[in-house]
Amino acid sequence: MTNNQKQTTVIVGGGHAAGALLTTLLQKKYQHKVILVGEEPHPPYQRPPLSKNYLTGEVDQGSLYLKPSSIYENAGHQLRLGVRVVQIDRNNKIIRLSDQSTLKYDQLVLATGSRVRRLNAPGADLKGIHYLHDIADADNLREQLVAGKRLVIVGGGYIGLEVAASANKSGVDVTVLEAADRLMQRVTGPEMSAFFYAKHTDAGVDVRLNTAVTGFEAGEQGCVTGVRLANGGIVPADIVLVSIGVLPETALAEAAGLPCDDGIVVDEFTRTADPAVLAIGDCTRHRNLLFEKMQRLESVANAVDQARTAAATLMGERVPYKSVPWFWSNQFNVRLQMVGLSQNHDQRVVRGDPSDEAFVVFYLRGSRLVAVDAVNLPMAFMVGKKLVYQGKDVDVEALKDPSTELKSLV
Amino acid sequence: MGKITFIEHDSTEHIAEFESGSSLMQVAVNNAVPGIDGDCGGECACGTCHVIVTDEWFGKTGEINDAEEQMLSMTPERAETSRLGCQIRTTEAMDGMTVLLPEFQM
Repeated sequence: MTNNQKQTTVIVGGGHAAGALLTTLLQKKYQHKVILVGEEPHPPYQRPPLSKNYLTGEVDQGSLYLKPSSIYENAGHQLRLGVRVVQIDRNNKIIRLSDQSTLKYDQLVLATGSRVRRLNAPGADLKGIHYLHDIADADNLREQLVAGKRLVIVGGGYIGLEVAASANKSGVDVTVLEAADRLMQRVTGPEMSAFFYAKHTDAGVDVRLNTAVTGFEAGEQGCVTGVRLANGGIVPADIVLVSIGVLPETALAEAAGLPCDDGIVVDEFTRTADPAVLAIGDCTRHRNLLFEKMQRLESVANAVDQARTAAATLMGERVPYKSVPWFWSNQFNVRLQMVGLSQNHDQRVVRGDPSDEAFVVFYLRGSRLVAVDAVNLPMAFMVGKKLVYQGKDVDVEALKDPSTELKSLV
Repeated sequence: MGKITFIEHDSTEHIAEFESGSSLMQVAVNNAVPGIDGDCGGECACGTCHVIVTDEWFGKTGEINDAEEQMLSMTPERAETSRLGCQIRTTEAMDGMTVLLPEFQM
């Protein structure tokens, strides 16, 4: 890009990645004009509270916003909210919007995020069946979470369990149905799954593992009254939440002929195959220098870190993406902090006692620490953040020995 | 309503207006102060809003709880008056406060 002429950078999407990109560009005093096009009527906001303290009503909508819109606008940037991008014309560098207008771009950044995976089963369109992805979803669900009502949650992952904890707190009668033989199977090890199973069960949540759903029972006026199980049983329900994961939102990119592979394919500089188009966040299958394989991650950390890489790329700096993934979840009084990716571990080391509600699981591959899950032990999380990033071998015997201070391993 | 000065590691100053009650992290983020990320939104979950409060103001920033102390204990550039910005609830008594930002967030 030449430096003298003012150009236009368009961000497609208004989520966390988009917000973090705009923020970083503000901080770095990016000289070109940025236009963010977001489908929701809100400026970029924090999604994590939607299943937690926003759902319980402890925080209000305004506090979800990353920052007030005026901060972006005062710097000369523009938010086009409540409008959808319907087409990208890469030949002419134009995008077409749902309000029939068009925007010309010099640089385009796709931050289209993800969409919820829908359950295809008889009765899936009945009233009272919810999904949770945005503020409107959370508002709809919250209205229904009245003490004494029966909420059945399909899917025992992060979102399902966080909603279970929030609803339980509000006096709702909660059942969680999980098809696998343990909770959060995709993202954590068996010790953590067992701990959260006990935590929910002790609080009065009815957690059923190995329980597949085949459909929904209809009552009067098309309202859901129950969830049908593969074993023939029926769980009565006033409200249902389906939380069975998300899919990357790649439709626009695919239609524009950009390479996608369960995610828009980008390199370590967040560049797609088209030099004028970058992509960041949940929608990407990306190169991270910490890993051999391409990754697709659904997380705030990945969204903001890729946004920072994209900001550097837009400003002509070459800072490759090398970022340790991390996640967190709050359920009841439990703070779970996770770092790294545990899928390929071959050994686990547990420190502390789950019954004390303060313990940590280290995931090793050979003598390399690949992930850490810490319950109410922020220090272990921070130690993990360092060690996983460094990618060095750790002293496994010292790690196993509870008398070795964690700090000394760094 | 008051003002807090954030000083970056390279000595660049940012003067931010604030309304009492918001967190110090949010004050910095709302004013696009570089060097303070607050990635988790104020959950004390990420450790990316480390600030070093100037000595004379430290006593006005409240108590450090166990979770914050654990996070800080592994933070590079930890100083005696280090805090996580998300754990400081701003009050009128902080009008005029100066805080320093580390070179790196974790």
